[in-house]
Amino acid sequence: MKELLGDVERWRQNGQRVVLARVVGVLGSGPREPGAAMAVSESGEVTGSVSGGCVEGAVVTEALEVIETGEAKLCTFGYSDDDAFAVGLTCGGTVQIFLERLEP
Amino acid sequence: MKDIFAVLFECLKEEQPVAIATVIELASAPEGSTGELPSLGATILFGPSRGAIGSFASGALDRVVLRDIEAALDTGQSASRHYGSGGEIGLNDVTVFIDVYSPPPRMIILGAVDFTRALVKVAKVLGYRVTVCDARPVFATKKRFPEADEVIAKWPDKYLATVADQLGPLDAICVLTHDHKFDVPAIVSAIGTHVGYLGAMGSRKTHAERVVRLIEAGVDPARIHAIMAPIGINIGARTPEETAISICAEIIALREHVKVNSLRDDPGPIHKVTT
Repeated sequence: MKELLGDVERWRQNGQRVVLARVVGVLGSGPREPGAAMAVSESGEVTGSVSGGCVEGAVVTEALEVIETGEAKLCTFGYSDDDAFAVGLTCGGTVQIFLERLEP
Repeated sequence: MKDIFAVLFECLKEEQPVAIATVIELASAPEGSTGELPSLGATILFGPSRGAIGSFASGALDRVVLRDIEAALDTGQSASRHYGSGGEIGLNDVTVFIDVYSPPPRMIILGAVDFTRALVKVAKVLGYRVTVCDARPVFATKKRFPEADEVIAKWPDKYLATVADQLGPLDAICVLTHDHKFDVPAIVSAIGTHVGYLGAMGSRKTHAERVVRLIEAGVDPARIHAIMAPIGINIGARTPEETAISICAEIIALREHVKVNSLRDDPGPIHKVTT
């Protein structure tokens, strides 16, 4: 999280809405531990990471939606997910990511 | 309400331990009926220096979560937990993610030598708060180690005495002076701390002599094995930068209890013999 601070504070100072996405659960093999975080600004800038690059693209899509709705959301990514999300981790694990909007 | 994040960011900048608990999932058909359900995204922050900020819907749930936050701060592990709406254990009405932010681990490098600068840089990449300490004010300057968090001109043993009680299993002490005059008192002090890693630079011959002096200085012979010397793992490191990588790899492996080829345990010369 600390490595995101510079970007997140700059975005908030510019009055941008920001969504924070954090890994809150990992099942099986996962590249990042719970607490790994990334942030997305409403203009689509990204800082930090929640996997080895496998799911970040999908997280940005979700984040831009949360920026609009303001509703926090728990997302699950992984091959073992029955909801058949299109995005998986190549390592075969499942990662749960919680997205929430910070106010500017 | 989200100003909790402003407080969190302050704590992170000040390197204060802090944790935030966030409601990340609510059961659609709650089993427990003792309390009102909090809202998704509700947050409680707790830091020893800040106290508790924020609340979920029920005081009973708050109390249980706060207790678990304090326990998580001790272990340093972020994880999700399940509760009933009134804080009951064993129910699955409310899932709370407790995210723990520990202050960065410390690396104390004793000896302001050539290898020190490279080790400071690699340690910074790994997130350490780095202190360089050397008894010689000419060498212990911020100008020589701009990446270090602090540079202290003091006898290493005197300096260690001032911080010994703050050091824990995630912290590391690296003794790079390889001069008995400085090394011996420094290692005598370091071996009495609770750091997870203590490494000392020097050839096998240097270290054998150093061990004799350490025992003369009163170190328990059974504790000598706690010193990683020669320092680092055997990757054929040649430059100060490569040596820094070999030292840091050893620190990570020891922390994770992974068996690696430490130079301490590997017979043969620490520098490849060139012909």
